[in-house]
Parts: sequence; C-alpha cells; structure tokens
Amino acid sequence: MSGKVVVIGGGSAGMECAGQLAKAGFSVTLIEKKLTTGGHVNNWYHLFPDRRDSIEVIRYLEKQIGHGNVTLLTGKTVNNIMTDHNTLIVNTTDGDEIYADAVVMATGFDLFRSERKEEYGYGIYDNVITSADLEAMFRKGEVKRVDGRIPEKVGMVHCVGSRDEKVGNVYCSKLCCVTAVKQAMEIKKHNPDARVFCFYMDMRMGGALYEELYRESQEKYGINYIRGKVSEVSENINNRLVIKVEDTLAGRPLRMELDMLVLMAGMEMSQSGAEIARSSGIATGENRFFAPADHHFGSNKSNIKGIFYAGTCTAPMNITETISHARAAAADVIDYLRNGSR
Amino acid sequence: MKTEGKRRIWADYQKEIADDHFFYVRSCIRQSFFPGSEQFFLHFMRNVMGKDVFENPSHTTCTGIGYHGDVVPLNTIMTVVARHFALMKENGYRNIAISCVTSFGIYTEIIETWKHFPEELEKTREYLYKATKREFDIPESMAHTSDIIYKFRNEIAGKVKYPLVNKQTGESLKVVEHIGCHYSKMFPKYGVGGAEFPNVLGGMIDAWGGNVVDYPERRHCCGFGFRQYLVQANRGYSLSNTVKKFDSMMPFKPDFVLTNCPGCNMFMDKWQYTMKEMEGIVYGDNGESIPVLTYEELAGLVMGYNPWDLGLQFHMVQSEPLLRKMGVEFDPDDKFKTKDGRQMPVPEKLINT
Repeated sequence: MSGKVVVIGGGSAGMECAGQLAKAGFSVTLIEKKLTTGGHVNNWYHLFPDRRDSIEVIRYLEKQIGHGNVTLLTGKTVNNIMTDHNTLIVNTTDGDEIYADAVVMATGFDLFRSERKEEYGYGIYDNVITSADLEAMFRKGEVKRVDGRIPEKVGMVHCVGSRDEKVGNVYCSKLCCVTAVKQAMEIKKHNPDARVFCFYMDMRMGGALYEELYRESQEKYGINYIRGKVSEVSENINNRLVIKVEDTLAGRPLRMELDMLVLMAGMEMSQSGAEIARSSGIATGENRFFAPADHHFGSNKSNIKGIFYAGTCTAPMNITETISHARAAAADVIDYLRNGSR
Repeated sequence: MKTEGKRRIWADYQKEIADDHFFYVRSCIRQSFFPGSEQFFLHFMRNVMGKDVFENPSHTTCTGIGYHGDVVPLNTIMTVVARHFALMKENGYRNIAISCVTSFGIYTEIIETWKHFPEELEKTREYLYKATKREFDIPESMAHTSDIIYKFRNEIAGKVKYPLVNKQTGESLKVVEHIGCHYSKMFPKYGVGGAEFPNVLGGMIDAWGGNVVDYPERRHCCGFGFRQYLVQANRGYSLSNTVKKFDSMMPFKPDFVLTNCPGCNMFMDKWQYTMKEMEGIVYGDNGESIPVLTYEELAGLVMGYNPWDLGLQFHMVQSEPLLRKMGVEFDPDDKFKTKDGRQMPVPEKLINT
C-alpha cells in the first residue's frame, strides 16, 4: 500500500486525524463539504470546562492540517465509497473519483433541529432560542431579546432531542448538561442581575472538572436547578414567555414567566454521514451513528475493510474526547497501512 | 411571533380529507345544545357544495361519554364503533365524517389500537358478528367535520358576506380557537396542523378575515374533562379549569371563541354564566361575555345566513355584540320564533342581551 488516506469531514476529528496521519508520513486528502474547515467549533464561543476561547482550538486544528502531506478539498460532498480489492474509491457529487488505501469517516454530528419539539415553539416564539443561537450572541457580545431588552429571567431546557423516545433519540447527548451550566454562568457574567433556571432530568456531569463547574455555578453564580421537563411554552400579552414545568423534587407543577428560553439542542448523526452510510453499506447502530466494529477494542473500526471512524460520527463527544478519538483513528489507520491488520 | 414557524409545522400535519361521498355520524349532544350546527353542515355540503352525505338512522352513540366515565369497557365501545363501520359498509361508503370530537377521538384511538394490536381487531370482528351477524371494514378516510369545513374554507371565503372584521374599526376580529383535547392531542397526525399549533380552526379564521389569538392557556382543557364534570363532586375542578383559560385569554380581548368539540363549546359557554352569577365576572370587553360559536355556525354566519336559523340564540352567551361588530343584519324579535312564526318561550338570564 502506498499510504494514501482520505479523511471525510473537516471538523475537529477530521482535522486532527488528518494532521496526525500527515505527520506519520502518509498522504492525506481531507474533504470538507463546506467552504471552511472547523465544523461546529466555529459556532461556539467558550468551551467547557475552562472556558477556553474556541478560536484557540480552531487555530490548533488549522496548524495540524497545515502539514505539507495534507491536501484540503473544501466545498466538496462525498457521494459514496466503493471498494475494489484493497483500494477504496471515494466518489464525490461533482464526479471526482479519489483513490485511497484507507478512508476515515469524520462526518461529525448535526445539532438536533429544536423546532421538532413543537411544544417549545422554537421558530415561532421570538425569544425561544437554542444553545447554538446563544453561543452566537456570546460571540457578538450581546445577549438580548428580539425587542432589544436584556433578558433578566432566563430558562434553560436540558435534553432537547436527547433521551426522548418521541423524537426517536433515546440516547444521552452527554454535552448538553455541561453546556447549560457553562452558558448559565456566561449569562450571569453578561448580566449579573439575571436570574437563570435550568430545567433538567438528571445532571450528567461525568467529564473532567464538570462537577466542579456545576458546583461553581450554584455557589458563585446562584444558578437555580429545577428537576423537571418543560411541558409547554407560550407567550403572554407582554411578549414574555410562559412555561409550564413539573418540579419533580418539590412534587408540584410550576408556571413561570421568562424573558428568554434556551433549548439545549442534542446531537444527532449527521445527515451527510447517514447518506454515505446508506450508499456505501457502512453499519450504523440503533442510535443511527456509525456502529463500531467492537465497542471495547475497535471503536474506530467499521464493518468495511479500510474504512475507519473518528469523532462524533460514532457517538456524542466533547472536543477533548473527539481529538483523542481522532488520534486513536490515526493509530488504527497507521497500523492497518503498515501491518495490514484491521 | 413568527407565522412562518407555524406554517412549517402545519406542513408536517396535512391530512388527506376525502372530497365527496361521506357517511355522516352525528354527535349525541350537539343536536340538543347547538341544533343549527349539524343542520347547517348538511345543508352546506349537500345544497351548496353538491356533495353526497349519507346518514343511517340506525347509527347510535359511540358510547364515548360512558367509556371516559368508566362505565363502558373498551371491548364494548370497540364493538359499538365496529357496528358503525358495518353500517357504513352496508351503505356502500368508505369515508366517514364525524361530527363530535369525543367520537373522533374514540374512532382514532380504536383504529390505532387495532393497528398495533391486530388480535383486538379480530376479537372485535368476532364480537360484532356474534352479536349482530354484521361485518365491517375500517374506513379508508376518516375526517372530523371541521376538517371538511377546513378543506372547503376557501370556497366559503369566496361566498363571505360578513367577513371577520369589525365594521366600525375595519380591524380583523380577534378569535380564540379551541380544538378540543380529543381532536389531535392523542394522535397529532389525525389533526390538521397537529396538536401544538393546530390549524383546523385557525385556517378557517384566517381565510374568513380574522386573527387567531395565541394566549398562554391556549392548549389547556376547556374544563369539561369527563371525570371532572361527570363526577358531581369534581365540578368545581371543571369550573376552575375554564376560569384558568378565560383569565388567560382576557387580556387579549377576544371578540369570540370558536370551538371544535361539543363539550368545549358547552362548557366555555355555560361556565361564563356560572362565573357571572358566582363572582360577577365577565371576560369580554365592554362588560360583555365572550360568545362561543361552533365552526358550522361561524361558516353560516360569514356566509350571511340568519343567525337565528343557525341557532346562535341557543347558547348561554348571546352573540349580539359579535353580530353588531360584524355588521350582521338580524331581527331581535325573530330570535325565539319558530319557523312558522310562533313565539317560543324566552329563556331567562341569557347573557349579553
């Protein structure tokens, strides 16, 4: 094998994996459907747990793919991957055929479309926004309602599109809890007088320093955590949002007026990844993400020889985990190309 | 508020509504409480639209009130509904048009039960055959009659004599719409526009010139809620639910309420009388209560039919304030006269007179 690798997806996982493979001496073609690389990180402001500016991560990843062995193709969409003996042929929608010895799927995730949770009125009520919309506000330095007023009472709904059979996503998106904690603190930093309420099912603070952040949010910032799902949202005559929620710890229903409601949108298998899976016979799991060949020893390996996975195309992950998973994918590809092992 | 977002949701909940040849099933209570509604529907469909709407006098109650009141078991109601379908089959119809939202909910619940538990369908076939020697088919198309009026809303808009506009101010009337819990809350796919932002009544209001009021308790129960009302001890709970709705809509100053379901109309109408008597509260503007109309009554009203022929006088809250806003011509002396001109007794304590 000559050592040609195609990495599909120019987000965190794809960029890191491409960089690692390039450093190991392989010729890498990185394909990104958008005109710019970086993926979802481009839309985020500060990252948890240390509130690092996401631009630092983007700069690091750009440096990774600045290696001479990486050829970057942006604005190009992959149609399917064909196999011809030990060669993989990556077909793009504009008719290109790119030959490779190994392919890394790094197609990432799509944010859950929050309008699918109709009861929250996203896309209908002006001041119901998503966690991604809020990040854009943070980046702009302005957290404001549509009428220009600064929100003084803000609600945050956890698990929007996650752990929810009704929308077909029974899995946990893992990052929404800590994102809510981080964003609640950011809101308080923008407006120390704001009152912030997080409505959660369970606080899943499993990552490094997450629990500490959760504690800080309560002790230092006075964020209120209410265990219960918001059942419906509406708007009153004063254009304030009215929510209904059950406080399951107090054991009673709650009705609250808010200036803004933030929906913590979960993660779903990307549509483009799902299309490649369908057209190329790559196995997907019950959660619709790519299914690893083995959960313990082969989380980067697919059911097809020479095709590997990196990052959130296999399951929800944070940036740290994504980069580690991408490096592990690079290690598996190197092993495969050098030793022929799967 | 962005209407575009609502349109996106409505696009996901467009149901197939048959165009003609309906097997019509009446409601138990609508004929008593709003006698003009079903009458107008039949007149409109047959004489205005030229459609075939068939009624079988052997059709009975669906027993929904008993079912929700825990006195009719599931197997019994499934067999009663199966008998309705058998009558439809015997008369050569495949499209059912249901006048009552409770019945509509019952039919949808039973059809969904049969879909997911085919053994229940087989059991029901057996029960019906043993009891009546009848056989049945599941309808190809099932519509609530408001779905059908919704389907023909633009044809009605083409015949509008009195649009939903305040004649004095030129502004669109503000309308509260209430679809009824059993229309689409159980199975959003069976309702036009789904359950969260339904469009079956809203589409009529828009087409006929009005504005839909979106108020915080829009989704809340009207207060009927079978056990809340059928169990006498719970009636205070029924009233408190209605009060919650009216308190919530009051700041928006709606000109009238449009309902889908017989129970909702009855309770949103009659509890206003109760609240006025108990607390001296009226919820409408200018010290008047808010008229509560059915969609058939509204269709007839905008088309210029005599409000007394439509039966508006049989509501507790009288509709004169609305008629005056719309500029509808009416003769107050004819209000309680029979068709042949005899004076009927005039009810006492009607509101808004």
